[in-house]
This record gives sequence, C-alpha cells and structure tokens, in this order.
Amino acid sequence: MKVELTVNGKRRTVEVEPRKTLLDCLREDCGLTGSHAGCEHGICGACTVLIDGEPARACLMFAVQADGYDITTIEGVAPAPGELSVVQDAFCATHGLQCGFCTPGMVLTATALLRANPQPTRDDIVTAISGNICRCTGYGQIVEAIALAAERLARANAPQEGTP
Amino acid sequence: MKPVPFDYSRPSSIEEACALLAADAEACVIAGGQSLVPMLAMRLARPTRLVDIARLPELAGVREDGDVVVVGAATRQAAAERHPLVAAKVPLLAKVFPWIGHPATRRHGTIGGSIAHADPSAEIPLVVATLGAEIVVRHESRASTIDAAAFFLGAMVTALPQGGLITAIRLPVWRAARLGVGFHEVNGRHSDFAFVCAAAQVALDAAGRCTACALGVGGLSDHPRRIDAVSDALIGTALDDATVADAVAAALAPIEASYDLHTSADYRKRSAGVLARRALIDARQAALGNPR
Repeated sequence: MKVELTVNGKRRTVEVEPRKTLLDCLREDCGLTGSHAGCEHGICGACTVLIDGEPARACLMFAVQADGYDITTIEGVAPAPGELSVVQDAFCATHGLQCGFCTPGMVLTATALLRANPQPTRDDIVTAISGNICRCTGYGQIVEAIALAAERLARANAPQEGTP
Repeated sequence: MKPVPFDYSRPSSIEEACALLAADAEACVIAGGQSLVPMLAMRLARPTRLVDIARLPELAGVREDGDVVVVGAATRQAAAERHPLVAAKVPLLAKVFPWIGHPATRRHGTIGGSIAHADPSAEIPLVVATLGAEIVVRHESRASTIDAAAFFLGAMVTALPQGGLITAIRLPVWRAARLGVGFHEVNGRHSDFAFVCAAAQVALDAAGRCTACALGVGGLSDHPRRIDAVSDALIGTALDDATVADAVAAALAPIEASYDLHTSADYRKRSAGVLARRALIDARQAALGNPR
C-alpha cells in the first residue's frame, strides 16, 4: 500500500505492506534509525516518537495508519545539523545515558513533557518517563537531565525557536 | 515479532465497517491498537484483515444523554481522561486513567478497545462492570445494548457477536449530592497489568448513611465483576470500617480466585479483600468531603 507520511516536517511517500509497523517503516523505508526497536510490543518505549507533538509507540502503529499525522523522530529535535536541542544537551551534561539505546525515546518523551509542562516536579518527570525502560542508568541521571533542561529552558530569555 | 500478513481497510462509516466484518470471519477491528498490536506481534492474533475504525468521527466523543454519559467506542483514553463531562459525571472512570498503561499508550488506546480486549484485570472493563454500564453494539446493521454483567464472559472473551462492532459505552450517572469513588490496585510496576484491582462508588444521604453502593473487583477471576452482595450488605449503614470489612470478607469468600506465575490464588483473594475495603473507605471519605 502507498502511504504519505509527514516525518520531521518532510512529506514522503512510502510503499509498505499493511503489517509493517511505523517503527520498521521509519527505520527501513525512511532511513531514520534513531527510533530503536527494543521489545516491539509496546513495553520498553525505545521506539517512542512524537505524533502531533505527543509521545507514542511507533511499534504499536502500522505505517498504513500513520498518514495525516505530524511525526517527529529523534532526528527532528535538533535545531540545526551538528547541534543539540536543550534536552539533548542536558542529557550529555548530566550523563543521562550510558549505552544510549533508550535515549531517543527518553529525549522525545522529555521534550513533549517540557512543552506541555515547563516546570515539572520530580514526580511529573518520573511519571512522564515511566513508560520508558532504561537498563543502564538507574534513571537518576535521566531525571536530573530533564530537570536541568527545564531549568535551562526557563532561564533562556527567548523562546527556543526551532526546538520542538 | 512481526505480524502475519493481512489486508487493511479504513471504512468511512459504521455500516461499511460492519459489512467488512460480516464478509470475513477472520477480520478484526483495530482502533488504537495498543492491546491488539502486541497480540499481532506475538502472533497470538492472526487476522486476515484489519478494519481500522480509529478515525470514524461517529465513534468518537463524549456526550450526556439523560442519566447516562455516552462515550464513543473509538474515543481515545487520553481524550476521555481530559474530558470535563467524564470528570464531573463519571468520577470513577476519571479516577482510573493514571493506572491505564502510560501517557504514550493512552494517547492512542481507546475506551471501546480496552472493553473489547477484556483483559481480566484491565481498569476500564472494571469500571464498566462496577457501574453496570451498557455496551452499545452494531451487528448486521442492527443496534443493540449488552449489560456489562452479561458482556464479560472470561479472560479476553466477551459476548460481542462475531462480526459485531462496539460503537459506544453508556455509563450511568449517579445524581446523589454526596458521592465518592475509590480505586486501588497492586501490580508489579506502576502501569503494568494489575494483579488485582478494586473500584468503589458510594452515595451518602445527609446523615452519612449509604444510599447506593457499587463495588467491583478485577484480576480476582477471569473477568471483572461487580460484587452485589457488598452493596446489599452496606446500603443503609454508615459504612464504618468494621461493617465494610465484614461485608467484603463475606462477599468474596465464595469466589474462586485465579492464579498465575506471579500470584497465587490465596494472594489474589487476600489482596482483593484489602483493596476492596480500601476502595470503599476512600469512597466514603470522598463522599463525606474528607478524603484520606
């Protein structure tokens, strides 16, 4: 089936089998391998993408269902090539990643959280990432990273134009 | 973890969806897909066709109809969670959303999908069973309703006829001035499947006596169920802790509990008793305007 997807602001038409998940389509047909295939049944959150700005599991949706949505992957969060978004930079600053497998999902989940709730409490952060499993960090530094990103965004005296 | 090959249709009306389902006994409805896609990925479900109803406008939305709140089957859980009518009129449903999956799964998961999936410990089926809601079904171009008590038959087994489509849920609204709800569950991790859960809704009169009471338990056996014996024992009382504890213990005693790798039948039964008691007492305190 032919499907027209809007990924990171760019329209593309892909030809996929109905059984192909959005995750596999992003990775194989769009070349966007930043969305990771972990459990492939909705538990781990490594495949998290933003659909119309809100986190969703790319492994729990078929590509043929995804037309008409505004899809953002980890490749779409940096303001420019070679740069990092505020959230990505905060993950680096606090060592909020080790192996990096869960990181794209964590960054996208955090990005959506901070857009909806610019001053999250620790509980808000923990609840937001409760659907994303990390097997390295023990989560402490991930929570710190998101709190740091919130603080930096609050201190910035201009809106972060171009940072989704 | 790849599903079997299937065809995909996105009908533009309920009639068209029903025709597609009637034409193929192995066709399967997909809405949010948050329960179905894992079943497909593990090949526990092997449909020949998916009929996608997620974007049918007539299946989405929340409205009031006399003494019921009608929630369209394809209403997303996140949309119902944020809907003011749900919070104001069906507080028990509003109460359970934080326990349903994660924000990312509630974004796509639907109310009707959770009911059709009928996991024994899922929260939305529990609320539907506890409140005695009606499930509105379209089958062979006829609309009918099925009472919650007759709908959930077993683990992932419902009374939905072959080729039928859930179109809406009719949740009764309690008009009592002093109304309270309570919900508790035990699980391995927050947002995992519950081992056991209990939901309660009570209404009190001006003197603090119980005028109406509904208690439901999920995960205890193969389907969520309302425990009417508890309501019978508690209506007319002041719902003091000891009366609640006795009523719950007596009502749960004859129920045969299920068990699995994680929990024994004995554990489920004991937990169900404790959670039911806590849910009822929370509901009482909320109705008194004095939540714990």
